Amino acid sequence: MMTALLVMIGLALLLGIVLGYSALKFKVEGDPLVDKIDAILPQTQCGQCGFPGCKPYATAIAHGEADINQCPPGGEPGMRALADLLGVEPKPLNAECGTPKPKSVAVIVENLCIGCTLCIQACPVDAILGAAKQMHTVIASECTGCELCLPPCPVDCISMVPIPEKVDNWKWRYPVIEIKSLAV
Amino acid sequence: MSLFKFHGGVHPPEHKLKSTAAPIRSVTMPLRLVLPLRQHVGNVAKLMVAVGDHVLKGQLLAAPDGMISAAVHAPTSGTIAAIEERLIPHASGLPDLCITLNADGEDRWGDHQPLDYQAQEKSAVLDALRLAGVVGLGGATFPSHVKLRADDAHPVLTLIINGAECEPYITCDDLLMRERALEIVRGIEIMQYLLGAKHAIIGIEDNKPEAAAAMRLACSQNSISITVATVPTLYPGGGAKQLIKVLTGLEVPSGKLPTTIGVQCFNVATAYTVHRFIDHGEPVISRVVTVTGRVAQPGNYEVPLGMEIFDLVQAAGGTADDSNGLVMGGPMMGFNLPSGHVPVVKGTNCIIASAPALFAPQPPAMPCIRCARCAEVCPVNLQPQELYWFARADNFEKARSYDLFDCIECGCCSYVCPSRIPLVQYYRYAKSEILASDKARQAANVARERNELRLARIAREKEERAAKHAERAVGARAEAGGDAKQAAIAAAMARAEAQKAEIVPQNVTDLSPLVATEIKAIDARRGKVDDRD
Repeated sequence: MMTALLVMIGLALLLGIVLGYSALKFKVEGDPLVDKIDAILPQTQCGQCGFPGCKPYATAIAHGEADINQCPPGGEPGMRALADLLGVEPKPLNAECGTPKPKSVAVIVENLCIGCTLCIQACPVDAILGAAKQMHTVIASECTGCELCLPPCPVDCISMVPIPEKVDNWKWRYPVIEIKSLAV
Repeated sequence: MSLFKFHGGVHPPEHKLKSTAAPIRSVTMPLRLVLPLRQHVGNVAKLMVAVGDHVLKGQLLAAPDGMISAAVHAPTSGTIAAIEERLIPHASGLPDLCITLNADGEDRWGDHQPLDYQAQEKSAVLDALRLAGVVGLGGATFPSHVKLRADDAHPVLTLIINGAECEPYITCDDLLMRERALEIVRGIEIMQYLLGAKHAIIGIEDNKPEAAAAMRLACSQNSISITVATVPTLYPGGGAKQLIKVLTGLEVPSGKLPTTIGVQCFNVATAYTVHRFIDHGEPVISRVVTVTGRVAQPGNYEVPLGMEIFDLVQAAGGTADDSNGLVMGGPMMGFNLPSGHVPVVKGTNCIIASAPALFAPQPPAMPCIRCARCAEVCPVNLQPQELYWFARADNFEKARSYDLFDCIECGCCSYVCPSRIPLVQYYRYAKSEILASDKARQAANVARERNELRLARIAREKEERAAKHAERAVGARAEAGGDAKQAAIAAAMARAEAQKAEIVPQNVTDLSPLVATEIKAIDARRGKVDDRD
């Protein structure tokens, strides 16, 4: 009886020490779940979800403060990936946050630009180049199409242009079988 | 030499005899040539000319941009008429940037010299080949100078020259080997020198005995030892990995290059262009194209790049009445051209005038019956039926984990499918979706990084501003602590005190008690206020 108790207490102590030590030794800095969610989000940094960027939205999802259906640029596939990751039921996108649009880039009409730098300050990825009283221009390859530069522009010289289909971004289509109309 | 066998394969009807009857014919130089800047795998070539420039035959029109890229040259002398988006021979049917060259009819060569490749550094020779626009002419159009660069980590022991030409209808390599065997062997010699390969093997399918005989004869006249191996005719035996397996018994690991097993593979036509450049200084400005199917004079034609395919078909006697379109490439891997008004490019090995009698319209696909015939014929040992289910259901990650990207799109699976399912179309769809999502993920990573850098910059600027303000405040206080100033302040305060003391209150005598108490109360209140200060 006594031996059994001692063995159990000894084991408890030993395992406790091991667990306590490994909790300190292998402590994970930051929240790995936030990073996993952030990796799925499209990094548009558009704020349509109601948070000031993708990382804050990811943090909010991880803490259960936001739903998974608030990201229009991620669209249906993004929402499904989040549902898969978090083990929750997929749900339709929240229309209040906006609707998915074709991927676009901002284009500045250069002869209207007055060089106010307001769009430069608004761009979350520093994709607009320019200086005060100098014409600005968008680095198209870095633009995420977040549309955050549109509201601050005092002369409305920025427009969103959908990316056209070219040979280098063309995709093979899903095979469809043509339906033939039969004579009745 | 002993040969090996790759898994699967099919025997489609060959239809090769039609176009091998006549020797390679030349065509009259067209008046207008259209040269797309994208004729190869990799980066689009960089423009080096402007509209209105007069160029000579062989002159560089567009330079390679980066390592995996190839140059474009003028196939004849003339004037650059336009640089604009035009329809190119691509499965998408979309336009792309092209140079339009109006020939002046003189066909005058620019300055070109043979290259003494043994007297120079190998890297200099490879750079020259890069500027010569040499790409794989078997159809993949991968820049050859990249493949010819000897890598110390993976030395190439065996150089394999691909003369298998397994796809039905195509005979351009066959005719090239029959007629220009010596030149090809010379090209192989140069390639072997550049790679430092110990031996070279030419693989030719046994349905081309004349080509094999011609190559054997040419090899026997050459000093270096090259083995000519006839391999059994089996589609897709001309696939690089399949030919390597048949000739060496080695299998290229999934996702790796043939150099990891010490093998490098080139097409015979590529060897020919290497010879043309090194020994004659001629860049790639023409190629042999098979024109076959429902045309009046099927055969092989030496065609300047940029010639309109419609004109080429006319040169071959025009299409028959029942022809309903043009196919570029073979019937197994080729695609329908969007129009005949597209140019011949480096990858154009064959043009087939199709007709319902040649290629019956695909009957509607039936459900998959799980017969696994596709798995039996798959030359890369994949499970095509599983890939089909995953691609069909948009289950791309699963498709990738089943090695979708090892699929060479040879079309054997679709060929044997009893349900006539367009399997390859599903794989192409899945591949391009996966590639697009990978690209989007990369772009997202870049955007995340840029956003993080921006946030860090904003935080740093804020901190710097705060530090500057604090510094300025400390500076002001320190200045306030100066002795002279302090003394002046003290003196001014003393003066003010003295002045205050000198003030004698007036009208304070003969006051009524009421007024006196009022004044006292006011003084008391004032005192309180002063105390508070």
